[in-house]
Amino acid sequence: MDRNQTYRNRKRALNAVHFVALFITMAIICIPGLWIVLNSFRPTVEIMAKPPVWTPSFTLEHYRNMFGGAGEGGVPVFSYFRNSLIVSVVSTTIAILIGMSGGYAFARYRFPGKAGYFVGLMLFRAVPGVALSLPLFIVFARVGIIDTHFGLILAYVAMNVPFTIWLTDGFFRQIPKELHEAAEIDGCTRWQAFWRVEFPVARSGVASAAIFAFLTSWNEFALASQLTRSVGSKTMPVGLLDFTAEFTINWGGMCALAVLMIIPALVLTFLVQKHLIAGLTFGGVKG
Amino acid sequence: MTEVNLSNVIKDYGKTRAVHGIDLGIEDGEFVVLVGPSGCGKSTTLRMIAGLEDISGGEIAIGGRVVNDLPPRERNISMVFQNYALYPHMTVRENLGFSLKIAKADQTAITKAVDEAAGILGLRDLMDRKPAELSGGQRQRVAMGRAIVRSPDVFLFDEPLSNLDAKLRTQMRVEIKKLHQKVGNTIVYVTHDQVEAMTLADRIVLMRDGHIVQVGTPLELFNTPVNTFAATFIGSPPMNLIDGVVSGSNTINLAGGLSVPVPSRVRGLVRDGQKVCFGFRADNLMPVGHSVEEEGEKHELELTISLTEPLGTETLLFTDVAGNEVQAKMLNPRPVRPGETMKFQLMLDKCHVFDAASSEAIRG
Ligand SMILES: Nc1ncnc2c1ncn2[C@@H]1O[C@H](COP(=O)(O)OP(=O)(O)OP(=O)(O)O)[C@@H](O)[C@H]1O
Ligand SMILES: [Mg+2]
Repeated sequence: MDRNQTYRNRKRALNAVHFVALFITMAIICIPGLWIVLNSFRPTVEIMAKPPVWTPSFTLEHYRNMFGGAGEGGVPVFSYFRNSLIVSVVSTTIAILIGMSGGYAFARYRFPGKAGYFVGLMLFRAVPGVALSLPLFIVFARVGIIDTHFGLILAYVAMNVPFTIWLTDGFFRQIPKELHEAAEIDGCTRWQAFWRVEFPVARSGVASAAIFAFLTSWNEFALASQLTRSVGSKTMPVGLLDFTAEFTINWGGMCALAVLMIIPALVLTFLVQKHLIAGLTFGGVKG
Repeated sequence: MTEVNLSNVIKDYGKTRAVHGIDLGIEDGEFVVLVGPSGCGKSTTLRMIAGLEDISGGEIAIGGRVVNDLPPRERNISMVFQNYALYPHMTVRENLGFSLKIAKADQTAITKAVDEAAGILGLRDLMDRKPAELSGGQRQRVAMGRAIVRSPDVFLFDEPLSNLDAKLRTQMRVEIKKLHQKVGNTIVYVTHDQVEAMTLADRIVLMRDGHIVQVGTPLELFNTPVNTFAATFIGSPPMNLIDGVVSGSNTINLAGGLSVPVPSRVRGLVRDGQKVCFGFRADNLMPVGHSVEEEGEKHELELTISLTEPLGTETLLFTDVAGNEVQAKMLNPRPVRPGETMKFQLMLDKCHVFDAASSEAIRG
């Protein structure tokens, strides 16, 4: 009887420990985000106050200023947003198309030098983006695509393709080859077998690869800050710099823009989440 | 008419040869089973017929048409895979109708064919489920249904029952046989289970290491194995084999001090001093008084029982001859204690003699 009691207590204690650990981890992840959201609604004096003000007041001043004229701390939010959207969406689409084809090829076909290519792609991914920014700047400037959407898209596609290949390769590898063989016997061409059977089955994998690629492009700062200059091509992360002046930083404004940046990412993640959770449904194959 | 012909078919994987020039003619409507131990090239052969593997040499013809370089969809075959390979994102109905949809058949024809197949296989209640919501046996039936919907010229089965439990396997074996009687298509069926091969096949193709060892009806393989491999692979329990040396022209001295007369069938075909393997099935070694009364050459032996396996209508008796386990069968069984010595009757004309060096059967 008391042995049962001991085990029950132990289980409860363990659950409590889990809960606390999880809470601390989530707090570490979430508090900076929360800080940004809260501060975007607080007057500047309160943000900088020492000791901190615990009962915050609410203001939309930062948002109003941000959308306001250039004189009162306004920034071209809509242009930045449009640039970010164009660059992220286009580069993600291209990266997914190329990366998915590559991943499929790595998963399904044998060709000479396969392992070498794969390691090469991963190594390329290991090079920090900032290290590439100067050479890229020089090359892009020479070619004349500096400060354009096209230039940034090109850089982001190159950045995202290796990762997409790696992710989708893993997903396609999990799909038994008998599925496309069955489809081919059922009358499909190789192409049809892919689109009708393998792609739908791997859809969640492709969706997660797409989210990663999108978020990478959406949040990227180091390369974008070098390769874009003007309102016509600057993305939102680069736009954040507009709030820094020589001696001051407009924290409130920065937070407000950051919140605007977070919203689309959140929305997208919620939309695609369903596919991610649905996961790969391998009921069709046993063994 | 859909006969399948393989002539000198070869498969190389890089430098290793998996299939060494197979010749095989399969008649229209015939149920042929490829059987053999793991890795002997059964699946490879089947996949070459299906068009899923390139052919390294030789020629495959289906219905008189050489198909060497045709893709699977041009061969009018269907295949059931060992892991079923159902499309996980489609319902049972969609799985069954997929091939017809790809062929752009009209909806009423698809519905009709799918319904008919579902009826044959008892899938009517499962039509709207996804494969993940089915049991192993149900998935297996869907896989078969998907194969029959398009009424192909040839059915290919690759170990379709090996993922099922023993009871279901026996049940599905009967289903497959019924299906064959109903639709009458040519079937090529791969298994490593000799019981499946014996029960299903019109003709068995026994393979080993990429070669065909023997082709014949189940009874031919059972009664006249061409070598010791065929003798031990086909039949349950496997044939008893005891090493021996021919002495004179009429006696074989077996290991362990026993000796038996040379069966009259092979007399004159063995020479004095030849090393042989003497083989017989448990059914042909029965205790006196517990055997079938049958005419023929007989020989009596005394053996000590080491173990018994009562099966109801018969009991398997295990004895030990010079380190070889020898199994005998006892009809109308009575209880037998291990250690008991019994008098056995060996049906000499059902015994086999193999040359020890080549393992080939010596036969008149
Ligand atoms: N893709 C491949 N690459 C290299 N060798 C292969 C390949 N596929 C099969 N083999 C080899 O070919 C031989 C025959 O294989 P196969 O799959 O036909 O055997 P099997 O008779 O079907 O065996 P099992 O009963 O285990 O399924 C084996 O020795 C195997 O190692
Ligand atoms: Mg196999």
